[in-house]
Amino acid sequence: MKVLVPVKRVVDYNVKVRVKSDQTGVDLANVKMSMNPFCEIAVEEAVRLKEKGVATEVVAVSIGPVQAQETIRTALAMGADRGILIQTDEDLEPLAVAKLLAAVIGEEAPGIVVMGKQAIDGDNNAVGQMLAALLDWPQATFASKIEIAGDKAEVTREVDGGLQTLSVDLPAVVTADLRLNEPRYASLPNIMKAKKKPIDVKAPGDYGVDTAPRLKVLKVVEPPKRQGGAKVESAAELVSKLKNEAGVL
Amino acid sequence: MAVLVIADHDNASLKDNTHKTVTAALAISGDVDVLVAGQGVAAVAAEAAKIAGVRKVLVAESADLGKQVAEAVTETVVALSGGYDAVLIPATSAGKNYAPRIAAKLDVAPISEIIEVVDASTFVRPIYAGNALETVQSSDAKKIITVRATAFKAAAEGGSAAVETVSAAGAMAHTRFVSDEIVKSDRPELSAAKIVVSGGRALGSAEEFQRVIEPLADKLGAAVGASRAAVDAGYAPNDYQVGQTGKVVAPQLYVAIGISGAIQHLAGMKDSKVIVAINKDADAPIFQVADFGLVADYKGAVPELMDELAKAGF
Repeated sequence: MKVLVPVKRVVDYNVKVRVKSDQTGVDLANVKMSMNPFCEIAVEEAVRLKEKGVATEVVAVSIGPVQAQETIRTALAMGADRGILIQTDEDLEPLAVAKLLAAVIGEEAPGIVVMGKQAIDGDNNAVGQMLAALLDWPQATFASKIEIAGDKAEVTREVDGGLQTLSVDLPAVVTADLRLNEPRYASLPNIMKAKKKPIDVKAPGDYGVDTAPRLKVLKVVEPPKRQGGAKVESAAELVSKLKNEAGVL
Repeated sequence: MAVLVIADHDNASLKDNTHKTVTAALAISGDVDVLVAGQGVAAVAAEAAKIAGVRKVLVAESADLGKQVAEAVTETVVALSGGYDAVLIPATSAGKNYAPRIAAKLDVAPISEIIEVVDASTFVRPIYAGNALETVQSSDAKKIITVRATAFKAAAEGGSAAVETVSAAGAMAHTRFVSDEIVKSDRPELSAAKIVVSGGRALGSAEEFQRVIEPLADKLGAAVGASRAAVDAGYAPNDYQVGQTGKVVAPQLYVAIGISGAIQHLAGMKDSKVIVAINKDADAPIFQVADFGLVADYKGAVPELMDELAKAGF
């Protein structure tokens, strides 16, 4: 079975982003970029499926600028077999990304798509669900455990209040939550080996899908700053202030 | 122009997220209907009918809807969508699961977790874990939107909307519900609680978390939360997690114990009305957002706090 793993290049999760003074977006100049953390978890899961003998091939797909090749190389160093880059400098919306991925899947015919539940830049949490809808495949989002038996996957999902387990027929789209696994660090030999693995470079136009934006960003601003920093000396003072000053007890 | 709100419920009772989402819907249009999709939801529908400003309550029932299976909810909503210009869905784990699926089926760009309605096609939503707010204008004829309920006031009671049954999507061929492990608790639900007591990595173990955090929460009638570090370390179950990747809460009072205040945690609680932080590290970033910071080891501070609360009648 082939596993397809979409991966996204985003601002590194340790970077505190700054809004541009002209309110057109977030300043990405000279900022460290990395693979989206949820995508890393998805790659790890796909590679583990291969190591367990469930999967035969892991294909990493990214849609983004030429530097997104580095993100694919990271996936290859973790154990993916080959990559596909749909190169574009446009910041595509989730609907356009889902349509491009659906077109790739039409060509690749994977048995399962494993991907991150959300990217930490746009925080949309949408592409996996949309991809499943476009393909008319079942979806199992926010996965904390995936078990594949034959042509079915049993997926444990993190939901409000606890866990839910679904059984989905393959092919299906599964999106990874934080606790699915802990991604490995690529070893130096594997990083070297990854340089020789193939990456196919495509353009959005190759797939003949409508990627026109539907949303117009009018402005991007910083959230209002919270005025904090006051201290109390003791638990007694704390309770008194909560009761009398703040009125929340 | 009419708006459909999808109710948040557990088949037994209606959740407050629904009332808050109705408030967002009423900012778009005066014609707001509520869909209760579930199983055995007559009581939920009756509650929804009492929300002021609701025109009509639609009820769709099936076993798959009872488990909020995305494919079933999607088919049901898509069939109803012709009569609406916007569908508003509380951004719960269930809502986030099916909203984009509905949007893709309708060839619409979903708008995730709005915190403000500017006008009928313009919305504000957080990006980068709440470190930036973007205002987006949709050019789609139909809008599929998830709503961060904590950003809206709950709509009042006092309505008397008619309840009508609509057809529910049938059983799903490719997805089967296997099991639920929902934690039963007498405490208020985290995202709706007026007071939240959260513990962090400083607690050091699951036993200590239970020994320290839970009695304090119970004394205050509070929900229990945790930082991602505490959850990852196994001190608290994953549904306790407050933060960008967990739950977003905005209670009247948020008490952070032994939590340093990583960006991703702050993203989940910084809209709380009053924030209390207890941490022995005076430089912890949590103090920058706290209204009342107590620089102290929780081991001494929490028992003292318990005593002071007891003196104050708790």
